Amino acid sequence: MGNVGNVWAVVAIALVAVATFSLGYRGSRHASTTQDFLVARRTVRSRRNAAAVSGEYLSAASFLGVAGLVLKDGVDALWYPIGFTAGYLALMLFVAAPLRRSGAYTLPDFVEARLSSRPLRRVSTAFVLVIGVLYLVPQMQGAGLTLGMVLHTPGWVGALLVAVIVVVNVFGGGMRAITVVQAFQYWLKLFAISTPVFVMCAVFIGSGGTHGGESRGLAEPLPPTFSAPTSIDVTTPVTLRVVEPVWLSAEGRVDGGSARGPVFWGPGTHEVDADTKLMFPGGAPVPSVAGTPSTNAEWLTPTGGGTSDLWTTYSLIFALFLGTMGLPHVLVRFYTNRDGKSARRTTLHVLLLLGLFYLFPMIMGLLSRLYVPELLVTGKTDAAVLALPGKFLSGTLGEILGAVTAAGAFAAFLSTSSGLLVSVAGVLSTDILKGRVRDFRYAAALAGAVPVVIAVFVRPNDISMSIGMTFAVAASTFCPVLVLGIWWRKLTPAGAGVGMTTGGLCVLGALVATTVSGYTGNWAPWYLQQPALITVPIAFFTMILVSKATQRSVPADVNRFRLRMHAPDPLGFIRDRDVARFGTAEERARLAEGRHRR
Amino acid sequence: MSRHSAGPPSNGEQGQQPRPRRKRVVLADSRAPVTVLRTVVELEEQTSYGEELVSNLVGRQLRTSLTIAFITGGILGVLPVLFFTVPSLAEMTIAGVRLPWLALGVLPFPLLFGMGYVYNTYAERHERDFVDMVEK
Repeated sequence: MGNVGNVWAVVAIALVAVATFSLGYRGSRHASTTQDFLVARRTVRSRRNAAAVSGEYLSAASFLGVAGLVLKDGVDALWYPIGFTAGYLALMLFVAAPLRRSGAYTLPDFVEARLSSRPLRRVSTAFVLVIGVLYLVPQMQGAGLTLGMVLHTPGWVGALLVAVIVVVNVFGGGMRAITVVQAFQYWLKLFAISTPVFVMCAVFIGSGGTHGGESRGLAEPLPPTFSAPTSIDVTTPVTLRVVEPVWLSAEGRVDGGSARGPVFWGPGTHEVDADTKLMFPGGAPVPSVAGTPSTNAEWLTPTGGGTSDLWTTYSLIFALFLGTMGLPHVLVRFYTNRDGKSARRTTLHVLLLLGLFYLFPMIMGLLSRLYVPELLVTGKTDAAVLALPGKFLSGTLGEILGAVTAAGAFAAFLSTSSGLLVSVAGVLSTDILKGRVRDFRYAAALAGAVPVVIAVFVRPNDISMSIGMTFAVAASTFCPVLVLGIWWRKLTPAGAGVGMTTGGLCVLGALVATTVSGYTGNWAPWYLQQPALITVPIAFFTMILVSKATQRSVPADVNRFRLRMHAPDPLGFIRDRDVARFGTAEERARLAEGRHRR
Repeated sequence: MSRHSAGPPSNGEQGQQPRPRRKRVVLADSRAPVTVLRTVVELEEQTSYGEELVSNLVGRQLRTSLTIAFITGGILGVLPVLFFTVPSLAEMTIAGVRLPWLALGVLPFPLLFGMGYVYNTYAERHERDFVDMVEK
């Protein structure tokens, strides 16, 4: 991208930031009570709430990561968007309405209310913080990547910028402002990814499906080819797999020796060290990072890599399907629904909005296999969405579309990070600090700072894959607590605590092992890279077994709580913590006597 | 303000009138639907009958949820193993697009929404039935 393109992108990113600020500011002038800050007075309509849930949920992993993985892994990567959406079906089936009626605002609230145990609340607070931070890190890294592509800044600048914008915005308005902002962010993201896709598809079909001339069709069984002479800077060491012999010229260290000038690569694997420049002629076949499908035929067909690929796929489906319900920022959002019924309807809308969105990253991934295959060489395929428009359409149109996707990506980081920050800060301020508005602000600043530090010092992985691990943590800790807590009366505090800790520690162990293996030659087998298929059943079984063994400590009010969660809304058993604590006199009166009303 | 409030009259009234106004006290209103109160109270007091009702509702909702989860999980979950064991299926094309791309890229989203819609309908119907039964 040239300098002119940078200007467009900077303007677009600045516009997103300003719009986020001003919407947040306008909302915050009305937000003045603690209740406004925390729960938006529960006046948010289900359709806008659904847009807000989707806006908050569509993170860097969805906006950049899905297209990048489609480019790299082909049809297997489609399980990510499927899982991201299917998670909401699971949430709707097992959690949405009862959780809303339970009146719990955060996950620790639910755990404490259901099992009446303070220590258990601490355990779940710890896991909320772990999930929040794990989820924030890839957002920050994505922001670093985007800003790096646009302005060639080092990674930490983007991370810091996103953190500052979000923290300031959360300072100002709390959740109500955020609801408006999130709903806006969904439509912004949909626009930012669909417009380039429509334009590019129009151009692609208009030119007979061979726009750009030299590139090789996806149906051919060989590797993709460079459409023009391309030079690539390799900044991290990489192992490439070559299928078709290729001539290139290299400067730096290749295959263990220093290289300066023409190099011939036969079929096999080749090592490229950091700070090496590779130059490929136009029409040359593209080598790709070892471990990813290198020919289009492998890329087009599912599970090319044998049974371990199959297990990874199932494990991923498991993590995403069951992990969504355990994400703290998603559940907080459900509290702004009026009652259980509208919580369900909100989820239904979310299914629609997400299904609509995910068509576009998939098309982006397909097109980028044709036009930006050079990303396969460095393995940094997360940049596909950002790089594609500029490469596909030369001139101002391409630059403007590139700017639009950059702005959309930025919207993705902003919305997900602010959602996470609000919920992490909410938990921090009410559980560890004293729960005043001031504490909420301290907590927000703290929760923004920690992930930035981690994002700067840990080597970035594929965004979607890191997110997959976060889902595995959520699926192995909060999913069993929620499902069993809502549907099984015999759950005991000890069972929930032991089960959650076991599941969570298993996943964290696998995460550490995978990270170590990333630095020492990728030896980790599938069950360490994506452990949910094993850890979720472990968590469920531990929880059930320990509960069976400690039946005497079943909470006394379990039946009353079950009635509150499952009795239909018109009967009026719903009870809101914040109405009792902060509500207006009228609302409190309704709460006190509203039991027998229709 | 509660219908049955029998506390001292509020200060505002006392300020204007020296003596509290005479009130009609109704201990049982024969026109009111008595059963409403009775069943809801049974729910609230957790009598065995009330417990039975709630268990019934929870069981029905859970069965619906599990059925829909298993149908959806079954349809989606069979795809990877199907494409793995029958490779010819993975190479089929429909209108120029490979079958796996259609089956994974387009199909799941209407399926998920449809399942959500069906579940929502059932769940709301169960709740309506429950309310009707309690308040009949």
